[in-house]
Formats: sequence, C-alpha cells, structure tokens
Amino acid sequence: MAHRETSCPRGRVAVRELIRCIGSAVALLCASAAAWADYKWNFPTPATPIARDTLAIHNQFMLIITALFVVVFAIMIYSMVKHRKSVGHTPAGFSGPTGSIQWFWALVPFGILLYIDFVLMGVPAFHAVVDMEDTKTRADMVLKVTGMQWKWQYEYPDSGIKFISTLTTPQEQINNQAAKGDHYLLEVDNAVVLPVGKKVRVLLTSTDVIHTWWVPQFGVKRDAIPGFLRETWVKIEEPGTYRGQCAELCGKGHGFMPVVVQAVSEPEYAAWVEKKKAESASAAASADKAFSRDELMTQGKEVYAKNCAVCHQPAGQGLPPAFPALAGSKVVDTPLVTAEGKLIPDSHVDRVINGKPGTAMQAFKTTLSDLELAAVITFERNSFGNTRGDMIQPAQIKALR
Amino acid sequence: MDVATTAPSHADHANHANHGDHGDHGYHPTGLKRWLFTTNHKDIGTMYLTFSLLMFFVGGAMILAVRAELFQPGLQLMQPEYFNQLIGVHALVMIFGALMPAATGFANWQIPLMIGAPDMALPRLNNWGFWLLPPAALLLTLPFILALFGIGSGAIDTGWTFYAPLSVQGGMGIDFAIFAVHILGVSSIMGSINVIVTLVNLRAPGMTLMKMPLFCWGWLITAILLIVTLPVLAGAVTMLLMDRHFGTHFFDAAGGGDPILFQHLFWFFGHPEVYILLLPVWGLMPHVVSTFSRKPNYGYKAQVYSFIAIGVLSLVVWAHHFFTAGLPVPALLYFMYSTMSISLPLAVLFFCWIATMWRGAMSFETPMLFAVGFIVLFGIAGLTGLVLADVAADAQYHHSYFVVAHFHYALFTGGIMGVMTGVYYWLPKWTGHMYDERLGKLHFWLTVISFNLTFMPQFFLGLAGMPRRIPDYALQFAEFNAISTVGAFILGFSQLVFAWNIIKTVRGGPPASNRVWENSEGLEWQLSSPPPHHSWETPPEVK
Repeated sequence: MAHRETSCPRGRVAVRELIRCIGSAVALLCASAAAWADYKWNFPTPATPIARDTLAIHNQFMLIITALFVVVFAIMIYSMVKHRKSVGHTPAGFSGPTGSIQWFWALVPFGILLYIDFVLMGVPAFHAVVDMEDTKTRADMVLKVTGMQWKWQYEYPDSGIKFISTLTTPQEQINNQAAKGDHYLLEVDNAVVLPVGKKVRVLLTSTDVIHTWWVPQFGVKRDAIPGFLRETWVKIEEPGTYRGQCAELCGKGHGFMPVVVQAVSEPEYAAWVEKKKAESASAAASADKAFSRDELMTQGKEVYAKNCAVCHQPAGQGLPPAFPALAGSKVVDTPLVTAEGKLIPDSHVDRVINGKPGTAMQAFKTTLSDLELAAVITFERNSFGNTRGDMIQPAQIKALR
Repeated sequence: MDVATTAPSHADHANHANHGDHGDHGYHPTGLKRWLFTTNHKDIGTMYLTFSLLMFFVGGAMILAVRAELFQPGLQLMQPEYFNQLIGVHALVMIFGALMPAATGFANWQIPLMIGAPDMALPRLNNWGFWLLPPAALLLTLPFILALFGIGSGAIDTGWTFYAPLSVQGGMGIDFAIFAVHILGVSSIMGSINVIVTLVNLRAPGMTLMKMPLFCWGWLITAILLIVTLPVLAGAVTMLLMDRHFGTHFFDAAGGGDPILFQHLFWFFGHPEVYILLLPVWGLMPHVVSTFSRKPNYGYKAQVYSFIAIGVLSLVVWAHHFFTAGLPVPALLYFMYSTMSISLPLAVLFFCWIATMWRGAMSFETPMLFAVGFIVLFGIAGLTGLVLADVAADAQYHHSYFVVAHFHYALFTGGIMGVMTGVYYWLPKWTGHMYDERLGKLHFWLTVISFNLTFMPQFFLGLAGMPRRIPDYALQFAEFNAISTVGAFILGFSQLVFAWNIIKTVRGGPPASNRVWENSEGLEWQLSSPPPHHSWETPPEVK
C-alpha cells in the first residue's frame, strides 16, 4: 500500500495511535485472527483505469486537506499557547483589517482557497467526471444489471445470457450458529463473468426499489432505478474475483445482496459464454415438457429457498404483517386457473407471476423461467401444511405470460 | 421605533433578581398550568431545551442499540427490519427532536435578551409552536410500541430520507413519520415567523440591522431558510402519502413518475437543513470566542455577509447528495463547483474565529473548550465535505461509512457540540448559578475523545468499502466497527455528566454575576442573572 502514509492526515496521528491501542485490545477480545498488516487505511487496490484515477485524486485531495488542516490549526494552536491570559498576554483591540497590507494578508487565504477549489482540485475533478461518464466511446460489450429485492440479475444482451445472482452465505453463519467463512456476506451462487481488458458498458435498472451497484475496486458506483436505465462502465485490468455490495438502503435484505465479479481472460470468457448458452437452450426446451409432481416439488423447493424464503420464511410462516404467511394462506388456497386456462385475478398464480404493486412482492415473471414458476407454485400449494394437491405445468405458465 | 412596553418601567432592571414583584402585570399560573399556558419566552425556551435534551437521550439510546449490533459481524441483537427502523428514527429524532428544538430554545431565551425586547413578538404562537413538538415525537416513536402489540410493522424503516419507492412499499410507520414531519414543519415555520417578526420589529432603539448580534443574524438566516424549504419537504412527503394511499404516481415510473424527483425535492429541503442546524451555532460561536479571548469580534460584517452567502448557496447545491443517481455531466459539474464554492464563505467564518483569538488574552473555561473543540472538529467536517463535492471521488465515498463519519463531524461536533457551547455559556445567565467547572471540563474531554474514537474509524471503514445502513458486515470491517462501538458507548454515557451538570446548576450553585464572564459584551449581560420575568421592560438605547 504505497499510498497508505500519504492518505492518513498527520494531524490525526495522535487519534490514530489511540485507536490503534484500543483497537488491539478489542481485537484480542474478539479473538480475531486479522493481523494489523491486513488493515485497510485507504481504497482497496484499484482494478480499473477509473479506480486508479479516483485513488490518485483521492490521495491528492487528502494531502491538500491535511495540509490545510495542519496549517490553519497550527496557527490557532500557536495563538492558544502564546495569547493566553494565564501567561499575561494583553489583548489587542482590533476587529478587522486596517490598511492595505492587512487587507492583503486577509485576502491571501481566499486566493489560495479559490486556487485549490477550482484549479488544483477542480481541474482533475473535471477530467475524471467526463471520463467516468463516457460510457459509450469504444465500448466492447454491454452488461445489463437489474437490482431486485434482494438479489442481482445479470443479462448479456449480445449472447442472450441471463441469470440471477444471490447470496450463498448460510443463515447459520449470519445467526452465529456456525463459523463465518472467509467471504462472509460477499459470496454468491452465480458470479458475473467479465473478460479482462474490455470496456464493458454497464446498464442498470431495478424492478422494485432503488439499489446501488458497487464494487469498490472498480471505482464506480451507480444507482439502479426502477423504470429508468442508468449507466456506467468498467474495464478490468487483471483477472480475479472482485467483491462489492448494494450501497442504497433497499429494505431488510440490503446488507445481504453482494456483487461478485469474476474477471477472466478472453478465451475463458468465450468458453463460459458457450457453456451458459447451452444451459439456457436446454432450459428453454424443458418448458414444453410435462413434469411429474415430484419433479416440480423438488425443483420448487430450491426456487423457494432462493427467491421466497427471505420474506415468507423457510417454513412458510412469513413475517406478518409486512410479509404474509404462505402456510394456510387464503391466496394460495385459490384455484390455479379458470376452466379455460385463463388467469384468475388475485389468485395464487396471478400473485406469483405479476406480484402485488406497492409491496415487496415482485412480479416474478421477469426473473423466473416458466419451469421455475410452475415448480415454485406447485411447491407452495403442497407444502407448509397447504394441501391443494394440484400442480401446474411450465407450458401453462408460458400461455399465461 | 415603537417598542411595546406598557408595563411600568423600572429604573434599574439589574436589581430584579426574582420576578415575584412583577405580580402586578398579569396572571401567573403555577405548576403544570404555568408550562401549558405560558407565553413567556424564557419558559418556552426552557421547555424547548428540556425537550431537546430528552430527545437527545432517546435518539442516543436508539443508536447505541445499533452500535451494539454492529460490535461484531453476524446478527446478535436484532433483525434487519428492526435495525432499519432504529437508524431512520435515530436520525429524525436527533435532527427534528434534539438539534432543531435546541436552536429554537436558544432563540427563545436569547433573542429578546440580546436585542433589548420584553419578549418574543408573537408569544401565543410561540407556545403553540412548542406544544406541537411532543405529539410529533410521539408519532415518530409510537409505531415501535404499537408493533409490540401486533399493530403495524414498526416505525419508518427507510432511513430518514424517505426515499421512494422504498417508502411507498413500507408499513404504516411511514405514514406516522409523514404526519410527524408535517407537524414538525408547522412548528418550525411558526417558530421562524416569530424569530423574523421579533428581529425586525423589536430591536432596541439604535440597534440597526448591522449592529444586531451575530447570533441573531445566524438565526435570521436560519428562519428564512426554514420558511423557504420546509414547505417543499411537506409537499414531497404529501406526494409520497398520495402515492402510498391514493393511487398517484409521482414517484412511480410505470405511471409517468420518477423516483429521482423525490430525491430532488427532499434534498432541496435537506441540504439547507444542514445549514439550518449549523447557522445558529455559527452565530453563537463568535460571542463565545470573543468573550474568552477578551477581544472584540474580528470581521463582524464579513461574518454577516458569509451567513447570507451560505444561506443563498445552500439553496442551489442540493444534488450533491445523489451524485451516483446518474445525473447528466453538465449537472454534475454545476453541482460539484457550486458545492465547492461554499468553502469560501465558510473559510471566512473560520478565518474570523481564529483572527478573533489572535493576540487576545485567552482563558479556557468550559464554553471556550467546547468552542475550540467545535472549530477543530468542524474543520474536519468542512474539509471532508470539500472532497465529497468531487463527483469522481464521491463515487467511492457515497453511501459509504465515509459519509456517515463526515456528517457526524458536521452535525455532532458542528451542531451538538455547538449547542453544548451555548448551554455552558448561557446557563449561568439563565439560572443565576455557575455550573460545575470540573464536571464541565470532564464532560468536554470525555466527549471529544470518545467522539473521535467513534467516528474516526468510520472514515477508514468507508474508504475500505463498507456501505452505510447495513446491519451486518464482511469480516474485514470487524475491528474498526468494534472500536467505533466502544467509542459510541463512552460517548453516550459521557452525556450523563452533561445532564447531571445542568440539573445541578438549575438546583443551585455559586451565584452568577450579571455579566457572568469577565469580558462578555452585549445587552443580555446587562440584565440580572436570571433575567427579570419580562426581560426588557424599557428598551435600552444602543449607540
């Protein structure tokens, strides 16, 4: 960390020492294994040109404001030591600048500040902003990111790949019933895979509330706003795994929707794209197949655990009143479809497919496949003590869309 | 100037140490009725300050629960839903319940004393303004209690910013918070009207606007900002209420609305709000610094013009609160440079405070200690604010703990420590007793050290990439969070020293002279300590 020393304001050394002392004691108390060498005093190592820029600007600004802090308060502290009543200093009587020399010295600091604000800081800031917002020039590919409570969906429009990425940290670790893993809260089932050295234009939107997509090592942070597209860009320089989190309060799962990006070489990326394409082709083919209830129940259980259990709880008891129970639910206890195979308003199928506006219940037709929808609906109707005994096929869902 | 003083004039106000002999003009109920029906600026000021202290502890207790949860990774004490309620209500209680009423309490107590008026211009409005606060505080906190009985899903859980569409989705706690904001807004607007009317009409003969004490100037700008911005907030939350219950789509793209519209409206209020909280403190600071430097204020006019400049600029920089929302480049550049330009008038204030100290004869009683602590630590807030204005670097700081640390340096050291400065400075005048200097100094050192212990690590947490408002965090953030929690508990419990010192001073202590301090200047120090019931019955002449 070459920038470590430069970015720690010297005026805060005493405080930092104090923090260090108490911190060590606390660290021992927590029996934490983290060594002091692991300490992060600054931005994490940059992985994109923007992040390198941002770090350089940040370091420069920290130096400037530290210098301002030290100079201004050195003058004040000098005065506090010298101009005390207890050392017998007689007070002067002036109440403003008198004469042109005093006016000159009173105005010099503002000249310096003007220069710092609009030249020293203002000019690099201008270039960085223009660069950061230039998402379109020579972009190699597009990644579409959709935030939803509380997971991310990634879509590659060029290759038609689309998948959801959710937290895999087990609930036991969060509830302190199991030892926490290395990547506690920063691990997902499907990482976004991106090629290194390519300019990726990232389009962001959301299906429900505002989320913010943030990977600290990329130096970009952008809100995902429902109903609008926002954009930013990344060009990852080194292969590796980069981790970040949602940064805008988005409800109870806000702390539990990490972003994990896997940067790989171009051939590896091409191979991954092929593999993903094959997977989605077989999934599409299965939509027309007829499934047995057991098959749907097994798959439905998985889908439920990933998409529904956060709110409706693993045993279907919900968290009333915000998140209703599915066990014994009146909505679940409705017929599947009309005799003609049409959608019944406010029925179980309608609620899962189209959601309930104004609540956290989202329209799952945008994120789940026909098979997943059919499976989870079948599962909910025949679990948690619900005994509807019926089932719905992916083909029926397809017809309802 | 026609100053309303129909009461018999007393030749020497300073001799009226108690107000028993004022029974001839008016009805003075005692007990609960005195406080319920009072129109006396001092009684109302006392109620505002007491309410503020109470809310300070309520909001503090909430955040200590939050810090306790954040002591270690994992969920120990509460579920995320409850965590989200605590952080939002903490902010609303501290801003609307602790800081704003404290400033209004100061205004009530001090403005008539400082400008030579018998009372505030609109005493009944004043009473009403205060008595709107307890119901609003109740509305904010009641949902917590209702939830215990299975009614509703708890208090507002969107953070204090009410961002739509999260706030459209939430439970009835949000409706409670919306109505609380309406009531608080009405109360603040009435208080502001009262301050403006008082300052414009009741100044002592000879006190021109440019001779008005700086505290009054700070409050005049605050009052104008409140009247300009609070209706916008009230409108924004009303639109939210409409979206929630009456099918409008102000903030819903599916109906032609825009979630970012809410952020614009909210921060059009929210950014001036920062200066609403800080201007009264900036106004009182020169009085304290000048008193304990035994030197007149440096640059009175420069400070007045800076207050005005900051007031105007604060209205046109709001979008720097959501640089990551995706604004067009010209807007980003405009809001970046306009935000940076606030540093200029602010630097004038710092310059004047330090120049007032320069070549004085300083002594460091508790108010001066707090003033110096305020200047240094608020300096950190100002300087980190300057870098936050940079859009490119802000992409990294935004929504992270860096911002949390920054605004606590602004609002705790800039706001709350400023209020503490004022309390120690004026308490002898209000009660007639000197406070306990030893306890005051203990309170100062405990506060300053534990404050930095709490918030300095949060700067580093933010730089390392910890988002704000998360109930649980990755392992790399564990140590700094543990330190911050230890600091927060020391900070919280240190405030009991403050409360004890106030109670002790109210109940007794060495008598304070009229002037209280060796070099205090201004009309308020010519009155007895405590001042007579109707502060200035005959307006003093100001030359």
